[in-house]
Formats: sequence, C-alpha cells, structure tokens
Amino acid sequence: MHSVKLVPCELTTEPIVTGSSVLGVQCADGVVLACDTLASYGSLARFQRVTRFHQPAAGVVIAGGGEYSDLQQLFRITDNVYRQEFCHEDGWELTPRALHQYLSRLLYARRSRLDPLYNTVAVAGKGRFLGMVDMYGTAIETNLVATGIGTLLALPLLRKRWHEGLTMDDGLACLEDCLRVLYYRDCRALRTIQVAKVSDSGETFISEPYDLGNLQWKVAHAVTEKLMI
Amino acid sequence: MRPQEDQTRFTESSWMSSNLGPSAQQALISHQRSWSPYVDNGGTVLALAGRDYAVVAADTRFSVGFSVPSRNLTKIVRLTDQAVLASAGMGADRQYLHKILRSRLEVYKYQHQKQMSLSAIAQLLSNTLYSRRFFPIYAFNVLGGIDDNTGEGFVFGYDAIGSFEKVKVVCSGSGQTLVQPVLDQQLAGRQKYDLPDDQRMASLSLDEAIELTRDVFNSAAERDILTGDAVEIYAVTGSGVRYERHSLRQD
Repeated sequence: MHSVKLVPCELTTEPIVTGSSVLGVQCADGVVLACDTLASYGSLARFQRVTRFHQPAAGVVIAGGGEYSDLQQLFRITDNVYRQEFCHEDGWELTPRALHQYLSRLLYARRSRLDPLYNTVAVAGKGRFLGMVDMYGTAIETNLVATGIGTLLALPLLRKRWHEGLTMDDGLACLEDCLRVLYYRDCRALRTIQVAKVSDSGETFISEPYDLGNLQWKVAHAVTEKLMI
Repeated sequence: MRPQEDQTRFTESSWMSSNLGPSAQQALISHQRSWSPYVDNGGTVLALAGRDYAVVAADTRFSVGFSVPSRNLTKIVRLTDQAVLASAGMGADRQYLHKILRSRLEVYKYQHQKQMSLSAIAQLLSNTLYSRRFFPIYAFNVLGGIDDNTGEGFVFGYDAIGSFEKVKVVCSGSGQTLVQPVLDQQLAGRQKYDLPDDQRMASLSLDEAIELTRDVFNSAAERDILTGDAVEIYAVTGSGVRYERHSLRQD
C-alpha cells in the first residue's frame, strides 16, 4: 500500500486576512463605490490603511472584500488582462461589462478547481455600469451592491433610499450613512473609508482614505444598559 | 503497515471528480470539506406545453441563505426561436451552463446552416449535464419549445446529472413541492377528468396557460421564501417567442 504524502496546502478554503463589506450604488450621472480600509487578521484590526480599490484602466474601478491576498492576486490578474489587451493595439478596450464577465469566469473556474479566490468583488464602470461577482462566480448586474454583512445591514437601507435620478453626491451620502451603520454594528469595520466615483462618461476618482465622522454615540447607553423587563 | 485513513476519506467524497489536481484532492483530505463549492440560490422554474405553444417561466429572486442580494436576476435563456431554457439551483452553475449551451448552439448554427431542433437541444443539455456526472452542475432545468416538424409544444424536465423526460408539464426548484401538485391536478388530472394528458393540455389555450402560470407563481411566492420579486414568462409559438414580466410579492 502506498501512503498519501501531505504537502502544505496552498488553497484558500478559510480566509485569514479579510476585508469586510463593499457598497455600491448606481446613480443618474455615474456609479459610486465605498468601503473601509481595514484588513483584519481574525478579530485583530491588523492592517488599518490598505486600499481595497483598484483601477485597472480609465473608467473602471473594482473593489473587493474577503481574503486580502486573494484580492491582490485578483487585481494583478486584472492588470495582466488589460496589459494584454493594450498590447494588441487594435483600438479595442475591455468594457466594464466584459471585465465583470471575465471576473465571474475567473472566480467560477477557481471554485470549480476547489481552489477558490475567497472574494466578493464589485465592478463599477463608465456607462453607469455596476455589478458584483461572488466567490462562486455568480455575476450580478444591479443598481445596488452590498457584500458580506452589508447585505444584511446596508442593502435594506440603500433600497429604501435609492430612487431614479439619485445624483452621485446623494449616492455617496447614502453610502457614508450605510458605512456608519456598519461601523456601529460590524466588528470587522473601520471608520476610515475610501470611495470611488465613475461618471457616466468615464471620469474616475478614487479618494484618499478619510475619516467617516459624524458618529453618534449618545444613544449607546440604551443599547448597553440591561433592559429591565 | 500504516493506517490509511486518509485514503478512505478520499474515496468517500461523492461529488469529487477524478480530474481534480492532486493539491485539490489533498485539500479535501486536510480540510474535512469545510468549504463547499455549492450554494443553493433558490428559485422556481416551470414549463408547460399546449398543442401549438410552450410556456417557460421563472421567478427573478436570487437568494443566499435568508438574504436577497438581487431581486432581478434572470433564470431563463432564450436558446433559439423555438426553445427556451429555465434553470433553478445554483446561480453560478446556471450562468456557466447557459453560456456553454449558447456557444454550442452558435457553433451548430454555423456548421449546419440551421438552428438546432428542440429534441437535439434536449439531448445536448442532457449530455452537457452528464459530462459533469462526478462534479455535478447544480442546476435544475426545464426546457420548453415547439417541435420544428409538427409545431407541437413540448417540455423536458431534468435532474442535475442529465436524466430527462419529455412531458407536458414540469416544475423545478424551491417551489416545486408547492407548484407541481397543482399543475398535475389542473392539467394532468386523470383521476378527476378521466382524460389522457394530451387531451387535457390540448384544451388549454395560451392565454389560459399564462394565467395559470401567474397564479401558481403568486401562490409559490406566498409560502416559499426563496421564490418571489417577479416572474418572467416566455411564450414560444410558431411565430416566435413572446416575453412578459409581472411583479410578485417582494418580502
């Protein structure tokens, strides 16, 4: 009988350094993404000023949660795709929708090899494109994106406040409010955040990390004090 | 001799394919399958056929556990002018399957200078599903359309690994247990009406079929939390495919 030789396992089936929720909203004049700048090591707030955004080309921004090393790998792969496309020099470039589909195929292929990239990724692009891909490779195009615990805490708020004709500034205010709620209740969230805006025509802006501010702790006693029933 | 526990656990992984790499196989051993490549995204799909039409319908809710990340994700793909496919189950596997089938049909079109017939698509789908027999595509399909020779409507129901059956009425997905008995009673109720299936179905007009479809989806949305938001209905007739969409309850 032969024995099975166990080698150190290189597969991510349990995330180690993780990012939390990513939020996105499609507005009348463009798309806005937002997330905090924390990469947690379990319950330790390990890396507090990392970016979870990436801009592979003009008019496209991706942002992700989940295993941070997998996210960096995903960003590198995306860069390679754009580099190859650039080298063709044929005047064509990847549309945001094409990148979204590419990422869904990538993540699906990896999960089918049982070697997943442990991420949920949001894609924002010119032409008011907003989509997300989960670690299984499900591609979703929606007007609202919220990943991780944001699906539970932020998505209902976003759905309530979203309307046709929402401007990017209003959209950004919505996302900041949602991140505030997440900061109150998500133990893996941080008050330092970053936002990205992609306008209809493709003007792209990724902010520097900034403090969420305007946090309200006066009501905290109502939550922490024991209720007398 | 050393105990071979790992080997035993290795052979127990029922869904594992032999074409997985050694690292993936060892991952299964060392991680006790803590991560699953499968997720159930719910949803209900339905297909029913009349004398000269077929109706294919599905809800648009995409669920993950108790969350609804999207209220508007289609489960249906229009394969040809005569065939429409709807799939419940896992969203990622569904999108993969629909992509594969669409590309296979495109190649067929260029090679044969014609669209693939309904019965050929039915067999192709079965073969595609069976090609992943040991790492199944977690999608539960219903295929509806009209026979290009006779113009008669037919639907096909599938399991995840490619077994299929040519029928007149079929429903799959999370609302199957709620919807299928109603369809059986209404459309194939031989006990009550003492009529063969095809005669019961022949008496049902397209408009009545669509009305029935809307009713059963509204009913499923009442009790099945994974079904809701909206229902998409494709009506396949000799003159092409008609699409309509109606709201369902969103809670």
